[in-house]
Amino acid sequence: MAVLIVIVAVVVLVSAGAIVAVRARGRARHREGVPGEPPRAPTAPPARPPETTIPTPSVEELEELLREPAVEEPAEVGVPAAPDVVAPAEPEIVERPRLRDRLGRTRSAFSGAFGRIRGRKIDDDTWDELEESLISADVGMATTTRLLDAVRSRAKEESVTEPEQLIALVRDEVVALLDIGADRSLQLTAGEPNVWMFVGVNGVGKTTTIGKLASQCVSEGNRVVLAAGDTFRAAAADQLQLWAERTGGELVRGQEGADPSSVVFDAMSAAAGRGADLVLVDTAGRLHTKRNLMDELAKLRRIVDRTPGALKEVLLVIDASTGQNGLVQAKQFADAVDVTGIALTKLDGTAKGGIVLAIQSELGIPVKVVGVGEGVGDLIEFDPGEFASALFSDEN
Amino acid sequence: MFDALSDRLDGIFSKLRNRGRLTERDVNEISREIRLALLEADVNVRVVRAFIDRVKERAIGAQVSEALDPGQQFIKIVHEELVTTLGGTTGKLEMSPKPPTVLMLAGLQGSGKTTAAAKLARLLKSQGLQPLLVGADLQRPAAVEQLRVLAGRVDVPFYSEATDPVSVARGAIEEAARLGRNFVIVDTAGRLQIDTELMDELRAISAAVKPQNTLLVVDAMTGQEAVNVAATFNEAVGLDGVILTKIDGDARGGAALSVKEVVGKPILFAGTGEKLDEFEPFHPDRMASRILGMGDVLTLIEKVEATFEEDEKRKAEELLQSGRLTLEDFLEQMQQIKRMGPLQNVLGMLPGMPKEIRNADVDDREIARIEAIIRSMTPDERRKPEIINGQRRMRIAKGSGTSTSEVNRLLTQFKQVQTMMKGMPGVSRKVAKGKKGKGKKGKAPKMPRLPGGALPGGFPGTGRPGGGLPGFPTS
Repeated sequence: MAVLIVIVAVVVLVSAGAIVAVRARGRARHREGVPGEPPRAPTAPPARPPETTIPTPSVEELEELLREPAVEEPAEVGVPAAPDVVAPAEPEIVERPRLRDRLGRTRSAFSGAFGRIRGRKIDDDTWDELEESLISADVGMATTTRLLDAVRSRAKEESVTEPEQLIALVRDEVVALLDIGADRSLQLTAGEPNVWMFVGVNGVGKTTTIGKLASQCVSEGNRVVLAAGDTFRAAAADQLQLWAERTGGELVRGQEGADPSSVVFDAMSAAAGRGADLVLVDTAGRLHTKRNLMDELAKLRRIVDRTPGALKEVLLVIDASTGQNGLVQAKQFADAVDVTGIALTKLDGTAKGGIVLAIQSELGIPVKVVGVGEGVGDLIEFDPGEFASALFSDEN
Repeated sequence: MFDALSDRLDGIFSKLRNRGRLTERDVNEISREIRLALLEADVNVRVVRAFIDRVKERAIGAQVSEALDPGQQFIKIVHEELVTTLGGTTGKLEMSPKPPTVLMLAGLQGSGKTTAAAKLARLLKSQGLQPLLVGADLQRPAAVEQLRVLAGRVDVPFYSEATDPVSVARGAIEEAARLGRNFVIVDTAGRLQIDTELMDELRAISAAVKPQNTLLVVDAMTGQEAVNVAATFNEAVGLDGVILTKIDGDARGGAALSVKEVVGKPILFAGTGEKLDEFEPFHPDRMASRILGMGDVLTLIEKVEATFEEDEKRKAEELLQSGRLTLEDFLEQMQQIKRMGPLQNVLGMLPGMPKEIRNADVDDREIARIEAIIRSMTPDERRKPEIINGQRRMRIAKGSGTSTSEVNRLLTQFKQVQTMMKGMPGVSRKVAKGKKGKGKKGKAPKMPRLPGGALPGGFPGTGRPGGGLPGFPTS
């Protein structure tokens, strides 16, 4: 067996080395912008791949490398959809909850870390506790360090002595970090077809978010078309159909396993034909590491761009319980489809969604909406102040 | 999924490898770095603390062995501790003496329960059991329909009814008896662990069907929250194990460590892709090796076993022993490897690969270019690439739609691999004896044989051409 592995290794090494070299060349050419002749190849590339950092190629580089992006189609043939037993309901008019109300029931959970530092002197333990509570909220080591460094210098300047004041400072810094001067409203221009597209990894709540938004937009008097662009997951279109029935939107769907771009194209045409105000495009969940699926997504976006109606939002849906991988996800999706905003879902649990701090401050992508429950109305605007307070609030 | 953590530890250990002795200060410094690495990997803060304490205690108190240098010793300790934390052993499903055996899946929304249910059914079916899939998620729109479709795809009977989850579960047991199915898999609605109403419902389902196996489904991308989720579900319904999903992403997967530590029950399965057969038993020892950048050799071996036909294996073996690899062989072997799945995945499993390679975005379509080049050569050229002159080069480049520099690059690298292979006759013998006397610079990781069968070492780092290939397990 051992030998086989070695063969595998050898082949992989040669192939990978070649690819890496090609990649590096492609990048160099791209950067220099010299058309035609590629730069001279290094005279003796090492047998093993060169020790250079491998760039994540940008979309253009990719397209340059792969002239014909073959999109992987799901193999399974679609099963005819049989709508489910859930009865369609009247479009519900629901009062929007506030984040604070939703978080009320978990307040006690927050008190833990901060409760411990109250009424004590500020010492090393205090800082450790602060660090730990931020990390527990998935803020991440880098952002936590950055926040606490800022707090430390301000605490020194202002001669802060009480732990409570420290907490207030941390809260301020979080709000400052979130304040990236971005417009957090969802773009909707009256009198023309608007398109919002939803992307994200599997299971973050894309379809549900679309359902909630459809409900809100319909109740505001808009004509809404739902495009069931997730043709991969079994019954994903059925799920969206139920939302359409529940909210009074129109659904455009294809067969399971159909090319999502054809569904999107149909939806765009239907929307134009019916004079719809808004098209909500659902897409299949995909891990950002799957190159072919990310290519497919970029292609979907291009189709939307080409058809009448303006693509106003590309919302990346992120689960509040996501850890540090959320930042990588956001980067990859932003590279592929130019994300315009984040929909942070499932914030009604004890997960605090701290990863959006890093996403906002490092990538400049604002959180636009927040999911706080399973009801139709449980999608609210993002408020930095409330979010920061929620990170640190206790019973008071 | 753990690759990033491996990188981090790689960096730490490379420092260690150059040292002669491990002082307490070293241990503290390394511990800090490991803490940081684990936190970045989303391991829960409290779990990290406990883990570090254990490692420190063992590292400082460890007997100084003659055979190992301190760095190796530390790696060994961290590895063993990781294995212990991740499970120590490979767990098994509990079978009821009186069929049907009942298994219930629980977890947060979107963790992958429905997909896991179908994958599990497929796996059990392939092992000769007769599963019945039960859709008890009446919460999410079309969840039942999703499972119904998936059940059809894996060709397993399906049961649900439009009543309430508890009745569905009860009815499913009767249905199983009626159909003579001996294993019932109950999919439940995703729920937040703080939703008391839904947690009560879960308890009620559990009480109604008394599952022998209650598995928590956890997304590998979960952050610090994993601990709370695992603890609360465990209190509510008593977990017997965990299914870790979406490990084909690049999340560092600290959640696995956290959940294991909190629940104390094994991680039984791992979801490794979107396709219904991408689901396998979880191997703590392999995962620990992967964390330490030793590559997932065991999985690779299994894959190779399953992919290569007997005579192909023999051929590959002869090829290696002869030390003479032609481009023809190369092309042939490449076809085999392509059958093993995306090259990226294969790369990730190789031990000691430089991290640039491990993290590289390798697109299988790029392989097609290499293939095209070789296929544009005449059989003679493939056997004796040295006859390829400028004119032939031009022809090959034209024929394959590439450039001469691309052809050159392939040839140069191929030649170097050939030299490398000649320099390592009898690889298996070398493995058996260990790799004594190698790596004069002290950089060669002549690490101990670690538990779990993964022999570390891996490829010598880049920039040291001609270092020879390292040992691989002889199994």
